[in-house]
Amino acid sequence: MTTLAHNNVEHHHGAGDHVHVDYPERPIEYQTQDGALKILGFWVFLATDLILFACLFATFIVLRTHTDGGPTGKELFDVPIFTAETLILLTSSFTGGLATFEMHRGHRNRVIGWLIITALLGLSFVGLEVNEFVHMAMEGATMQRSAFLSAFFTLVGTHGCHVSLGILWMTGIIIQLFQRGITPITARKVYIVNMYWHFLDVVWVFLFTIVYLMGVM
Amino acid sequence: MNTVPHWGIFITEPMILGSDVMIVLTSVAIVFALTKFKKWGWLWREWLTTVDHKKIGIMYMIAALLMLFRGGVDAELMRTQLALPNLSFLDAEHYDEIFTTHGTIMILFMAMPFVFALFNIVVPLQIGARDVAFPYLNAISFWLFFFGAFLMNISFVIGGSPDAGWTSYPPLSELGFSNGPGQNYYLLALQISGIGSIATGINFLVTILKMRAPGMTLWRMPLFTWSVLATSILILFAFPALTIALALLLLDRTLGTHFFTMLHGGNPMMFINLFWIWGHPEVYIVILPAFGVFSEVISTFSRKATFGYGSMVFALVAISIVGFLTWVHHFFTMGAGADVNTFFAIATMVIAIPTGVKVFNWLFTMYRGRIRMTLPMMWAVAFIPCFAIGGATGVMLAVAPADYQYHNSYFLIAHFHQVLIGGTVFGMIAGMYYWWPKMFGFLLDERLGKWAFWFFNIGFYVCFLPQYALGLMGMTRRIYTYPAGLGWTVPNFISTIGAYLMGIGFLFIVWQVIYSVKYGERDVTGDPWDGRTLEWSLPSPAPHYNFATIPTIEGRDAWWMAKQGQLDKNAFLPKKSDIKPIHMPKNSGRPFILSICFFIIGIGLVFGVVPFDVIGGLGVAFCMFRRSFEYDTDYYIPVDEVIHTESALGRLQG
Amino acid sequence: MASQHQTPTAHHEPSFPWQYVIGYVLSLVLTVIPLWLVLDHVLTPTPLTIGILFCAVLQIFVQLFMFMHFTHGDGSGEPAYQTVVLSIGFFFTVVFAGASIWIMSFSSQVQ
Ligand code: HEM
Ligand SMILES: [Cu+2]
Repeated sequence: MTTLAHNNVEHHHGAGDHVHVDYPERPIEYQTQDGALKILGFWVFLATDLILFACLFATFIVLRTHTDGGPTGKELFDVPIFTAETLILLTSSFTGGLATFEMHRGHRNRVIGWLIITALLGLSFVGLEVNEFVHMAMEGATMQRSAFLSAFFTLVGTHGCHVSLGILWMTGIIIQLFQRGITPITARKVYIVNMYWHFLDVVWVFLFTIVYLMGVM
Repeated sequence: MNTVPHWGIFITEPMILGSDVMIVLTSVAIVFALTKFKKWGWLWREWLTTVDHKKIGIMYMIAALLMLFRGGVDAELMRTQLALPNLSFLDAEHYDEIFTTHGTIMILFMAMPFVFALFNIVVPLQIGARDVAFPYLNAISFWLFFFGAFLMNISFVIGGSPDAGWTSYPPLSELGFSNGPGQNYYLLALQISGIGSIATGINFLVTILKMRAPGMTLWRMPLFTWSVLATSILILFAFPALTIALALLLLDRTLGTHFFTMLHGGNPMMFINLFWIWGHPEVYIVILPAFGVFSEVISTFSRKATFGYGSMVFALVAISIVGFLTWVHHFFTMGAGADVNTFFAIATMVIAIPTGVKVFNWLFTMYRGRIRMTLPMMWAVAFIPCFAIGGATGVMLAVAPADYQYHNSYFLIAHFHQVLIGGTVFGMIAGMYYWWPKMFGFLLDERLGKWAFWFFNIGFYVCFLPQYALGLMGMTRRIYTYPAGLGWTVPNFISTIGAYLMGIGFLFIVWQVIYSVKYGERDVTGDPWDGRTLEWSLPSPAPHYNFATIPTIEGRDAWWMAKQGQLDKNAFLPKKSDIKPIHMPKNSGRPFILSICFFIIGIGLVFGVVPFDVIGGLGVAFCMFRRSFEYDTDYYIPVDEVIHTESALGRLQG
Repeated sequence: MASQHQTPTAHHEPSFPWQYVIGYVLSLVLTVIPLWLVLDHVLTPTPLTIGILFCAVLQIFVQLFMFMHFTHGDGSGEPAYQTVVLSIGFFFTVVFAGASIWIMSFSSQVQ
């Protein structure tokens, strides 16, 4: 990892990689017109994704009492587990934010470091969740058991899929940072993937509150 | 099945076989023609890989017209079956399939692409942009729509069509009651094209917010563009509800969950709730762009600025927000209680107010205008009474207690055809006529267009007015036949005649297009209608970079003001010294390939073939990763080439 | 060395990420409070529900304002459109979820 040693290599670009800058006075992620468009576009995407979750939440809330005599949330949810999941995700949102922070200061290697930490935290979150799901299924609480469980697995699982996708995406960006350093283009990517990550944290907070806390209330 | 007259079955089988043969023959003919004329490369380079909004718009339009034809044939078949009592032209099963595909195709695969066609063709030109914000994504949207529509259409041939209605209500649409692949086709086709629609919503919202020419403030934006802005908002917040409704139903069908089943605590009404959270905004998604078209057409052909621009904008925005608060009017009869029904009834009626404002504004625009009755104007004028009746019957339906009588009767059928045909279809046809010269450089023939207009319009009223009466006489929707002696025979027969007249009208449009390709008047000025907005300052068709230099906009209807001498007309022509290299996106075949991968996933899920899902899924992932690692996505058109093109068009200034 | 305009600009960023640290601490606090409220049964169900939902809403604000630059424009001088779009999104989230519960509450009587 020789590149890690030299801070001044960071501003070099991969072969033939000349980034055309439209607005040098702006923050780096907004320096190309394309960057500004894509960031706004991604905000808009998050708004639609929010509605997607809103509909899943609506379905879950309507069906949460429809347990058909099967296991209830109170019986299934494990406070230490979902608290750990929450803390991990909150921490990863923080470390992701630090990656953006370092990106603005131009420290490529620190950006990469924080992103790797973020992705690893994400991975452990997914691991915990998968484990939780498997345990439930082994106790007979499968998504075919009752409408409540169908809604539970789908809602929480959709969030989990989002997180998993985010990990893959982040990995791709880490590789690109290695290849190209911080350019207006890679900076935009780092910025956007972190928006996504923070957003998933927002969604999780509601899963934590509405699904888990209200489930054990 | 045994209750159906037996020869009905024999009709059914040859029909499927016939369409099978037709499709195979057409495909063979296309492959043959492309090979013979060595056009494969051309097709790939110019169309399948294009990211040019103008070409994508044209492809949307062609697809929409084809789907209008397919949906129209469905309609004629249904009306033939209902022309007289006790007919067995179609059996019950086949009739169910046909009304399902008719409704689904008309809304999702005709109205939506037609609307998107105009988005693409018009918006960048109207706001002074060189393309949409995300051209590559735009191509993905189109191809997802295309393969979604393809999936829907092949259901007829392979495996059987869906037959639970375009609303696909469970429990009927659940595995227990519809266990063939038909319902899966519906779910996947809508899901795949729905992803594309959401992307289009994002794309155009960002385009309009961020890519307007300098000086074009929101308050100087043409009303069509405003309508697209409002529609994009509707798409963004409505379509995810459809995505979820479909996904959960698919889970029920494929993984055995219990969202909407009758067992284990499932609740079918939740599907209906989710479906209409999308469904009502959807009707505004297809009507608001038509409103936009009418605003442009009426003001151009009255030679007046639209009356009450501000109130027009306000009405669009109001509709796009309040349109989200009315969905329960589609299931008042569920029995959610008086408080729920009252709230949603009132919200529904409130929508009629901004709609009424718009109608009055169009009338006042025409008032004392110098009106030219061109084809687009004829459709726009015909829209007003038609939509007024549709709106009025809508308000009748919105009276919750009365709706217990009207609901699911032919009265409802008449209502929504009145607004969908009289509003959306008239609007899309008007828009097609209006912007046709901008797309292709020639006008569509007036004389044939008038025949089409009168056949279609007279046919429309003949077809649908009797259906209001039928509804009040108790005829319910989705029945494949009825006994004699109920007094339904005559209105039904008249209605069928009207449907045929509309069919003839459509054929006239087809003839008109074919005829005009050869004989239509060429548009050499770029401004055949003496238009008001920016697209008419460009040559027809516009060069692929649209604007050689982006004009600065100094007023609403700036092009019109320039022609009136209020602004400098030369500001709209490029100056040699101002031309710079133009930054453009590169073509890409990946959107097409990506969409094929989605299609493969779709097929896999329809038939439960897991390897297909895996292959398709890997393909999607691969395409996305390739895209993420692709940095060479755009290029510059050199100054010389732009100068060459512009001077050939005779537009270049010293 | 790369040309000057490609050098990432360090403006807007202080030398220590105070904003992120404060945000993180707040988010931890806002997680612990509802957890404590639920586990220690200090409140009756309705105020408890309101209380934990309130904490969740505050959490959104922390993420949006401390981490996501929710109100920052892109430097073009145009408004930060995302503020409007996402606010509408939150509005419809509440409407769809709230109204669905209201509409479907009949099913608890039917069951
Ligand atoms: C003043 C405006 C409108 C009002 C008050 C209104 C009201 C209603 C009501 C209350 C229903 C449900 C009736 C029932 O199922 O018993 C309905 C159905 C329907 N409306 Fe409208 N509507 C209006 C405009 C529109 C527009 C502009 C469109 C489309 C362009 C439209 C398309 C439909 C469709 C497709 C259905 C039936 C869907 C189905 O059940 O298959 N409506 N309308
Ligand atoms: Cu409606």
